[in-house]
Amino acid sequence: MGYKILRKEVLGPGSKLMEVHAPFVARGAKPGQFIILRVHEKGERIPLTIAKTDPERGVVTIIFQEVGKTTIHLGLLKEGDELADFVGPLGKPTEIDKFGTVVAIGGGFGTAVLLPMVTALKKAGNRVITIIGARTRELVLLESEMKEIVDEVLITTDDGSYGMKGLVTDGLRYIMSREKVDAVYAVGPVPMMKAVAEMTREPRIKTIVSLNPIMVDGTGMCGACRVEVGGKTRFACVDGPEFDAHEVNFDLLMQRLKMYREEEQYSLRLFKEQLEKEAV
Amino acid sequence: MARRLKLERTPMSKLPPAERIKTFDEVALGYTPEEAMAEAERCLLCRRPPCVAGCPVEIDIPSFIDLIKKGDFLGAVKKIKEANPLPAICGRVCPQEDQCEMKCVVGIKGQPVAIGRLERFVADYEAAHGEVEIPRKPPRKGKKVAIIGSGPAGLVCASELAKMGYDVTIFEALHKPGGVLMYGIPQFRLPKEIVAREIDYVKKLGVEILTNFVVGKTRTLDELMREDGYEAAFVATGAGYPRFMGIPGENLLGIYSANEFLTRINLMRAYRFPEYDTPVKVGKHVIVVGAGNVAMDAARSALRAGAEKVTIVYRRSRKEMTARIEEIENAEEEGIELKILTNPVRFIGDENGWVREVELIRMKLGEPDESGRRRPIPVEGSEYRIPADTVIMAIGQVPNPIVPDTTEGLETTRHGTITANPRTHATTKEGVFTGGDIMTGAATVILAAGSGKTAARYIDYYLMHRDEPGIWQKLFKGEVEL
Ligand SMILES: Cc1cc2nc3c(=O)[nH]c(=O)nc-3n(C[C@H](O)[C@H](O)[C@H](O)COP(=O)(O)OP(=O)(O)OC[C@H]3O[C@@H](n4cnc5c(N)ncnc54)[C@H](O)[C@@H]3O)c2cc1C
Ligand SMILES: Cc1cc2nc3c(=O)[nH]c(=O)nc-3n(C[C@H](O)[C@H](O)[C@H](O)COP(=O)(O)OP(=O)(O)OC[C@H]3O[C@@H](n4cnc5c(N)ncnc54)[C@H](O)[C@@H]3O)c2cc1C
Ligand code: SF4
Ligand code: SF4
Ligand code: FES
Repeated sequence: MGYKILRKEVLGPGSKLMEVHAPFVARGAKPGQFIILRVHEKGERIPLTIAKTDPERGVVTIIFQEVGKTTIHLGLLKEGDELADFVGPLGKPTEIDKFGTVVAIGGGFGTAVLLPMVTALKKAGNRVITIIGARTRELVLLESEMKEIVDEVLITTDDGSYGMKGLVTDGLRYIMSREKVDAVYAVGPVPMMKAVAEMTREPRIKTIVSLNPIMVDGTGMCGACRVEVGGKTRFACVDGPEFDAHEVNFDLLMQRLKMYREEEQYSLRLFKEQLEKEAV
Repeated sequence: MARRLKLERTPMSKLPPAERIKTFDEVALGYTPEEAMAEAERCLLCRRPPCVAGCPVEIDIPSFIDLIKKGDFLGAVKKIKEANPLPAICGRVCPQEDQCEMKCVVGIKGQPVAIGRLERFVADYEAAHGEVEIPRKPPRKGKKVAIIGSGPAGLVCASELAKMGYDVTIFEALHKPGGVLMYGIPQFRLPKEIVAREIDYVKKLGVEILTNFVVGKTRTLDELMREDGYEAAFVATGAGYPRFMGIPGENLLGIYSANEFLTRINLMRAYRFPEYDTPVKVGKHVIVVGAGNVAMDAARSALRAGAEKVTIVYRRSRKEMTARIEEIENAEEEGIELKILTNPVRFIGDENGWVREVELIRMKLGEPDESGRRRPIPVEGSEYRIPADTVIMAIGQVPNPIVPDTTEGLETTRHGTITANPRTHATTKEGVFTGGDIMTGAATVILAAGSGKTAARYIDYYLMHRDEPGIWQKLFKGEVEL
């Protein structure tokens, strides 16, 4: 059974959306869950969040940033191509509750992860404000999609080329000064999630983050994805990926994400050389 | 003319240690036809063969050995396959010394007949010589059975049911079927091509295998049975959840569970990085904690993947090591050091979070514990440190809770194994049977295979008597005996 790419869209520089035919995954998926895919027979297993599903058509949407060999290779595939493997939905679904006012913060690919979450949060009767953070204007992802779902969208860019100048935490500070916030969801680079967690710790605002450690099987079999939450070791693929931000050891996560830095760079360099050769 | 019994078994050639530690090629090279026939000559073809009772799948051992004596190797493998669809695998990894071979009468005076080596030989012979023969398909029964997990238990149960005429689907979470055979046991002991070949045979029997399907996530067992028309299920999800010690520093970079380390190497082929994309980190000094088959496999894999020095640390004494003797010998031959009566107390890392040292403590043996083995007790003040840049924890696996947690009415024991009647393999949920490591706790390939075979018989019985009132109660209480 092949997992055919039905549609591909470029969202911005280095970030792409794909609709993949995977009927079982589409049928069972809930917000906050992810899949693991392999591009080809010699490929690595990488996790990506389920951004959207269409159970009727058996379609799963993934949104990814091209950061290394596997994601770049994935991005080179065309509509009609097939992926070697595509398994899911994995992980625990987001705990959706009626909190009141929820701020959902996305940085980088994190914005994609937020899509199904905010949809569910809205449905549960929350007022939802989304903050999308990016380095610069052209990296702002999914603004119009987000606007269709939530009550308010706030954009922050590091260089001030679009929206508010500053970091997502500046956006959050602004909203917190303006109104009462009952819960925060933050998904993105680890330093961003850590900074958000620090801001909401004192005022004791319930804050949930979605962690992205390196994974292999995604079913609790290997322990590659161990994270420390509340001083205890947890497996993010089965106990998470979402955890209470105030309990997470972000420094450990940041370190563990660097475990294969050398090999990743080497692999990527070889891959780029090969692509250049093919282009000639 | 009465022939004298040869007391010594025919040796099997192995790659020499210096050569084999450089590659992942298989260590044991197998018999030649002449060697196999010579070894077969040692069998007395007992009328009431004790060896058969030692085999969990009851292979007709004297009959297949007799066929080898006559030079009919293909006939021999066919004979084995009546009872065991996985001969090339079992011939390699069964702990024969504790099973069939332990009971062999020749073993009373000399070395027992090398049943495992003979089994392996004929299976390999068949693969090398033309088409593998497929038994004719029986009439279909029009009933669907779901098998969860494609390790030895699932594969054997599926084969048996397919041979009876059921429509069987195996659901497997990973991208390749085989369970521990594929992701755990390394290439140099069990080449993956051989596992793939025997799985192919299972498929040819008519079994459908759906990979990338996590039961409990992709679909629950209840959905499969309620909505997708499976009338019975066999849960064989293994004992794949790794344990850690819970000591300081265990999440430092460079510390692996044996499962992760072996999965990267075997399933993902990290030893062939960068040809394969998945990397693995093997430093100069590798420490493996534990002394079972898993620990030996991890240690020997680390050596082949480039470690300079591999040390196995074990808290009890040599006598209590659970690995096969053959594997301990292989490891020592290859230069792996065993530190017995020693246990890690913490791991020390550098400023980037990489493990650099292990603090060990000496142990002594005290009174016997609940397992009947003498309890290891730390010797106070005996702590010392050794350098380590890769650590592999091989201290055991427990059952994965995904299926029990997502299935209504499927109860587990306090060890996390699925509650079931030991004879019939019936669980607390009607229509659901179990077997292999998820029922017994971590055990062996052949015990898992044997339990798959037994369960298949009771699954068949259940499906034939489904309408009888109280049938499940009878099965669960073990009141049916086949
Ligand atoms: C639950 C979860 C959900 C995710 N969802 C998304 C998403 O929706 N969109 C998206 O763009 N990214 C997502 N990621 C991150 C994504 O998996 C990584 O970017 C990807 O694996 C990088 O692979 P690569 O070969 O392209 O890069 P590499 O060069 O291999 O790695 C780049 C960096 O990615 C991380 N990484 C590498 N291998 C893995 C791995 N096997 N598992 C996890 N992280 C790894 C490491 O930090 C590494 O330094 C998610 C991660 C997790 C754990
Ligand atoms: C490294 C290692 C070396 C070993 N060496 C030996 C040896 O030399 N000799 C010996 O006899 N035994 C050995 N063993 C033990 C032996 O491999 C096991 O006892 C045996 O494989 C158990 O078989 P099983 O069918 O119960 O489960 P497994 O082989 O564990 O297979 C279970 C399968 O179920 C799948 N699964 C799990 N959850 C789900 C789900 N929710 N949905 C779908 N699929 C799922 C898993 O991915 C896996 O493929 C070794 C074990 C290990 C780990
Ligand atoms: S399957 Fe294992 S126990 Fe049975 S005969 Fe073969 S080697 Fe012996
Ligand atoms: S017990 Fe030994 S000698 Fe007798 S049939 Fe079995 S293998 Fe042959
Ligand atoms: S990815 Fe293997 S246990 Fe989580």
